[in-house]
Amino acid sequence: MTGRQFGGWWIAFQGIVAREVLRFVHQRERFLGALVRPLVWLFVFAAGFRAALGIAIIPPYETYIPYEVYIVPGLIGMIQLFNGMQGSLSMVYDREMGSMRILLTSPLPRAFLLLARLLGGVVVSVLQVAAFLLIVRLYGIDLPIWAPLTVLPALLLNGLMLGALGMVLASTIRQLENFAGVMNFVVFPLFFLSSALYPLYRMEEAGPLLWWLCSLNPFTHGVELIRFALYGRIDWLALAVVTGATLLFAALAVRGYSPARGMGSRAPSAAG
Amino acid sequence: MTVPALEVEGLRHSYGGNRLALEDVGFRVMPGAFTCLLGPNGAGKSTLFALATGLLRPTAGRVRIHGHDIAQAPGDALAHLGVVFQQPTLDLDLTVVQNLRYFAALHGIGRREADRRIEAELTRLSLFERRAEKVRALNGGHRRRVEIARALLHRPTLLLLDEPTVGLDIPARRTLIRHVHALCAEDGIAVLWATHLIDEIDPATDHVVVLHRGRVRANGPVAAVNEETGCATVAESFDRLTAARPTAEVEAAA
Repeated sequence: MTGRQFGGWWIAFQGIVAREVLRFVHQRERFLGALVRPLVWLFVFAAGFRAALGIAIIPPYETYIPYEVYIVPGLIGMIQLFNGMQGSLSMVYDREMGSMRILLTSPLPRAFLLLARLLGGVVVSVLQVAAFLLIVRLYGIDLPIWAPLTVLPALLLNGLMLGALGMVLASTIRQLENFAGVMNFVVFPLFFLSSALYPLYRMEEAGPLLWWLCSLNPFTHGVELIRFALYGRIDWLALAVVTGATLLFAALAVRGYSPARGMGSRAPSAAG
Repeated sequence: MTVPALEVEGLRHSYGGNRLALEDVGFRVMPGAFTCLLGPNGAGKSTLFALATGLLRPTAGRVRIHGHDIAQAPGDALAHLGVVFQQPTLDLDLTVVQNLRYFAALHGIGRREADRRIEAELTRLSLFERRAEKVRALNGGHRRRVEIARALLHRPTLLLLDEPTVGLDIPARRTLIRHVHALCAEDGIAVLWATHLIDEIDPATDHVVVLHRGRVRANGPVAAVNEETGCATVAESFDRLTAARPTAEVEAAA
């Protein structure tokens, strides 16, 4: 009753975000996993590829760059990609465990609740990226001094896009066990068919089909948005694509949780 | 005339296919009444709960909570409603207080007011000393009590509990039943308590709604229902009303 004025919305929003952060902090393995994955790529994969892969001068870079510098935005994207999928995993988990019902029995509109939940996940991913950028800097990779600030809007938008995608998946995945399939059919194609590891012109050399797939992949544009933002610039095409994809995924996600379709339109389990 | 805390009217639901989970279900729960929704497994109790909380939308019929239609004014309806689901819904890795604060926030209750109410509810349910523990450390009975405390934080006038005693030992069950009866008597909260355990009913005070195969078979104070069935106890009435025998009259009435 108290909750439906504007102040109530703000309180609910804070509460939902705080819960996501608390849950993340309580799961230490998840925090380490989120950090170790990109660091392995950076220290092992990038070091090995450095000799094999030369990169021409392409925007936003103004000089030749070592491969480690090229791969940083892609790894930031990877952190957010995994976080988005982790978020969807925890939503499926919440649905199985029932805590999703607690969220949805709040008197506030369902779309708002889901959006707040989504932003909670984005905040968690930004914390992970902050830790990653700190290590990157200590490792001696050269980034503009303001990069952590200028990249922030790009992180929010990219996080929203991937989180909303995760929500769409969560609303379609019926059971927790099916989740491994998501890795094979969603995460790996999104990551490898993108500009995260190699610039698109390299893909074009490899073949037009691959180039097309990479250019259509919204994750490519998320990575490019981050890449440009790290240098204080805006890639307008990437901004447009990521914004469009975010709106599309968010609309699908809200639809996936509408009461007409039920909680994933399943009959309640066990005793009815 | 008093507005019923819960009014269910002509409710019908199907999960697709021909089998109806609920068919023409209707009953009322008045303020301060402890009503047992009684039915064997698969009777449609959980479906009814999902419909009453707006998690599912019915094929036909309506649910009103204090006069607010859950489909048309979900915000007003949900603001009056407290729910304890059959499945536990607490975050195990968060403390008792963190769980309760999260819920209070979902209802727009500010931090200071939330902490005040949390203290009051936890004290009432004898759990205040354990507020800083992670839920994982609590036993099943205590977790249920935390869920009840949580369901009361926004001062609902209607409390729905879906088989809340599942998995509890006998003393914990007794405590829980006593607590919830006290809520009706002291605060005038209306309670709908779903169960398939006859001994959870207090024949002196409680109302019963007997649900079987998706239909209401009887509805009213225990004494009235017993009179209707011609049985001496609620257990006998229940057996008669939910008997698997294909009695013509029951099927015809249905």
